[in-house]
Amino acid sequence: MKKNEVPQDESKLEKANIREMYYAVDENGEYTTELSTGWDPKTIALDNAIKQIEERVAAAKEKVLKNESSPLEYYMELNKMDLPILASYVGMWKWRVKRHFKPSVFKKLTNKTLQKYAEVFDVSVEDLQHIKD
Amino acid sequence: MQIDFKHNQSAHCENGVVSNLMRHNGFDVSEPMVFGIGSGLLFSYLPFIKVDHAPVFTYRVLPGLIFNRFAKRVGVKVKREKFKNPIVAKERLDENLRNNNPVGLQVGVYNLIYFPDEYRFHFNAHNMVVYGKDGGQYLISDPVMEHTTTLTEKQLEKVRFAKGAFAPKGHIYYPVAFPQELELEKAIVKGIKQTCRDMTAPVPIVGVKAMKWVASNIRKWPNKIGAKHTNHYLGQIVRMQEEIGTGGGGFRYIYAAFLQEAGKLLNNNGLLELSQQMTEIGDQWRDFAVDASRIYKNRSAESDGYNKIADQLDAIAKREELFFKTLKKAV
Repeated sequence: MKKNEVPQDESKLEKANIREMYYAVDENGEYTTELSTGWDPKTIALDNAIKQIEERVAAAKEKVLKNESSPLEYYMELNKMDLPILASYVGMWKWRVKRHFKPSVFKKLTNKTLQKYAEVFDVSVEDLQHIKD
Repeated sequence: MQIDFKHNQSAHCENGVVSNLMRHNGFDVSEPMVFGIGSGLLFSYLPFIKVDHAPVFTYRVLPGLIFNRFAKRVGVKVKREKFKNPIVAKERLDENLRNNNPVGLQVGVYNLIYFPDEYRFHFNAHNMVVYGKDGGQYLISDPVMEHTTTLTEKQLEKVRFAKGAFAPKGHIYYPVAFPQELELEKAIVKGIKQTCRDMTAPVPIVGVKAMKWVASNIRKWPNKIGAKHTNHYLGQIVRMQEEIGTGGGGFRYIYAAFLQEAGKLLNNNGLLELSQQMTEIGDQWRDFAVDASRIYKNRSAESDGYNKIADQLDAIAKREELFFKTLKKAV
């Protein structure tokens, strides 16, 4: 890639005032660096990934509202986590966390356990128990 | 307290931290040189490990390997420490800062507040340097950022003790012993030989064999897992190849820059010629990303598009195979 071909497209990074560094060749064929505000193909890829997460969050929310799952699953998706990551944050076995996804089991959780989850998700225990519509 | 530390932006965080720490200690080593000597370039496909609900594709070696190999090959000794207790981790960091020693840190990205939300995933192998403390604020040199920044004690603790795969566990590292003079020549040859070996390895999950495997899977995915998942996987490939930290073209441009610098240092014209070829290969990867993104943007499920990018990937694999065989003979 030539230095003057380094893309300067709009991106999420640009909005946060971040420019990233590319390696590219100048007119004499010498390698140098150039900053870039963004590149459309990867913005599309990132948007796609985010859309995927939003869909997962929405699906989890619906499950919770239908009482098919506990709010933990919703908050897990909202925080871009999966089961291994959540289990590692709360310091429990995966199967135990998964069990807490059952609404009947979730209802019986002790305050201490709820507190643990609430801290990881950075919400109050109250919010943890009742997700907003 | 503030250590007199010069922040240089880099494309990739690990190279950048190493390069900046080396420069701080009086050894002028560029980012591409660290990457090349540390044999950072790779391609690997791990279909049985899922991250973000997609298989793992990577264009570089495992986190930490670049610095370890670089250090070993140039004769630098690195001290590494991990912690169970955040308080001890903080004390050890403060102690180093008091001793005027800037340290490298491994951190998680998810709680890194100066990154835009969209970039905050549970990725735990980011690297930065802490070079001072001002009141309750740590002074941070994050190599992918243009300028230095700060984090509060609490914010830094959170990223140092992120959980999940590759959990940093407060990991700090810094060079402790240096050779009289840095002898790069031998280290360069070693670094190149290893990359050639890795890229042409006779196993399906690394190097050109892995690229061919991905190409053949791209042809099958649409029928096997449907267009939606296929597009998600393609998006993952493009992100791993082009996202912040790669320098563009799946690290191929950084590697080309390394070959150019190495060619001059070793007076080896063959390497200069190969640097140009690597740039062209990088361009081919970029074209692949453009065409792949076109597919999932239009959400067109025509299998033609998938076959076309699979062909592109096959062509790149073929070219890299020849490239690394030639490179091996050039040093």
